[in-house]
Amino acid sequence: MNIMTETALESAVSDKVNGTPNETIKMRGQKVCVFYGEKQALFDVNLDVRENQVTALIGPSGCGKSTFLRCLNRMNDTIDAARVAGEITLDGEDIYDPRIDVVELRARVGMVFQKPNPFPKSIYENVAYGPRIHGLARKKPELDAIVESSLQRAGLFNEVKDRLHEPGTGLSGGQQQRLCIARAIAVSPEVILMDEPCSALDPIATARVEELIDELRQNYTIVIVTHSMQQAARVSQRTAMFHLGYLVEEGETDKMFTNPDDKRTQDYITGRFG
Amino acid sequence: MTDISMDGIVGTSARARRDIGLKRRYAAERRFRLYGVLAISVGLVFLAIMLVSIVSKGYTAFWQTTVTLPITFDAKVIDPSGKRATDPNVLIRANYPKLAENALIAKLGIDPGDKATVRKLKGFLSDGARAQLRTLVMADPSIIGTTRNVDILAAANIDSAFKGQIDLSVDESRRKVSDQQVAWMKQLAADGSLAEHFNKGLFTFGASSRPETSGMGVAIIGSLYMMGIVLLLALPIGVAASIYLEEFARKSRFTDLIEVNINNLAAVPSIVFGLLGLSVFINFLGLPRSASLVGGLVLTLMTLPTIIIATRAALAAVPPSIRSAALGLGASKMQMVFQHILPLAAPGILTGTIIGLARALGETAPLLLIGMVAFVADYPSTPLQPATALPVQIYMWANEAERAFVERMSGAIIILLVFLMAMNITAIVLRRRFERRW
Repeated sequence: MNIMTETALESAVSDKVNGTPNETIKMRGQKVCVFYGEKQALFDVNLDVRENQVTALIGPSGCGKSTFLRCLNRMNDTIDAARVAGEITLDGEDIYDPRIDVVELRARVGMVFQKPNPFPKSIYENVAYGPRIHGLARKKPELDAIVESSLQRAGLFNEVKDRLHEPGTGLSGGQQQRLCIARAIAVSPEVILMDEPCSALDPIATARVEELIDELRQNYTIVIVTHSMQQAARVSQRTAMFHLGYLVEEGETDKMFTNPDDKRTQDYITGRFG
Repeated sequence: MTDISMDGIVGTSARARRDIGLKRRYAAERRFRLYGVLAISVGLVFLAIMLVSIVSKGYTAFWQTTVTLPITFDAKVIDPSGKRATDPNVLIRANYPKLAENALIAKLGIDPGDKATVRKLKGFLSDGARAQLRTLVMADPSIIGTTRNVDILAAANIDSAFKGQIDLSVDESRRKVSDQQVAWMKQLAADGSLAEHFNKGLFTFGASSRPETSGMGVAIIGSLYMMGIVLLLALPIGVAASIYLEEFARKSRFTDLIEVNINNLAAVPSIVFGLLGLSVFINFLGLPRSASLVGGLVLTLMTLPTIIIATRAALAAVPPSIRSAALGLGASKMQMVFQHILPLAAPGILTGTIIGLARALGETAPLLLIGMVAFVADYPSTPLQPATALPVQIYMWANEAERAFVERMSGAIIILLVFLMAMNITAIVLRRRFERRW
């Protein structure tokens, strides 16, 4: 416990020294390597995720950004052949430590997927499922309150309040994705991982979700993988550029998009490859 | 890329020919369609021939000729020595057919002293009258001395003759019913006491050497026991095995081997399972022969691969996004499987199970080997008692020579087909009803 707070302190201090105050490191990846069987997908990635900020991961397809994202809540564990090396910490605690319960970790680090994937159950059940399995609500009124506030925060409540018991799969694509976000925040995570959350949505629904991401930043730390440069520029405070399994460059979004250090970043952002 | 090649074509020749062999291609398609239609027609024709022949032979089995007679339960016939109060065996051994015969003599107005004519009455009524009247008297001994109307089964030959299945133009000596019997039959039919009724006995009687008193009661009960056992064992074992293989087991050479073997097992001839059952369940474990328990176990072994294959397919058909959604929320693997995957796969599992059960219901060969082809007259009260099964009953009746048995065999086939069709329709309805789309 002591060590943990110390590291947290240290990082806070080092942030101050770097001239970026009030930026606590929420998650930190150090020398993260991922192997799928024989093939190595990530090479020594060092990346920090700052609290209450949106970190965007960009890069061409197959560059390892989704792989890195999935390391953050150990979703790679579900793939038999996948192996992760290096260290990833959440609040200074190694999440690959055998003592860490992956179920608890995933409750702290939630995830929203590329394709809206509501359970084929009612809207209410979709949101209530997480709190129910984690025992967050003892009684029905408590659960009702969690469902309502989650839907409120996902900006979906007013649209669905009269049909909470209709199937979640009956909603439009954008609504489904916001339902998935509501489902993720219902378990009160600290970090929300989003894997191209808008790639299956039309521009209006995308704008709605982007607004939501910006609002959610107040309470959650967000890591988002996106293929849209504009989206990264709009929603994120920090951006990390991946290429062929390496982290090319990482920094404040404004700087990354106006004056990147690496030529590959510049080429990718300006659309010369990828 | 495309631009360049387009330019090339336009540049070299004025206009490329695209209709080369077009007519031949269309002709080939037409020919192929014709083959398809022919193949389906051949299949349908054979199906129609089969159904028509079975139904035309079998539908008469659902009606049975009976004679309604005012039976006088004469104490002098039943208990000539008057000892029935002290000796219960008297009521069991009494000459009940005599009662029916007397009633028939009275009905037909024959002189009881005319021995030659009375002798011809033998073989008019079914010998099943003995058991029928005995049951009545044993249930209520107070009816002795009274007269009441009882429906007595006609003998199989009279039944066949009445249904018009016996050619009466053949010389009397070469057919099974005499002219005298036909005359009596017509006389009784004229006053309405001899008529066809719905054949309840076909569903309730056990095995019998007389066609008119044999039925599928024991076979139906045996088949029900076996279906119950198969459902009880194969469904949980099959579903558990599939869940483990599909969701929990790491893919390795060993699981591949298991998978190949399960698929092979589904193709093993059923008679091999019968031999296995004979050597393991009967010879080694010492379970009773002819018992529906053994039959059920053998059919379970046979149905398992079918259920496992169907269940695995149903589990694999649940989209991976649902799995990620559940895991991403922090559900354990167990919760993911039982709260999300299994409910979504349930319709597919159910369909596979019903189809597996239907296959087991129609299975004959393994049951022959474990001795379920037996003459069982009494209902089995537990699965440990001897029983037969529907298809085995058909097999046994098919071995009988009498015309009335052939009719019953076809009737039994109709019943079995109805059962199978009902199961398959249930499977289709369930699939339609619960099928989900993502």
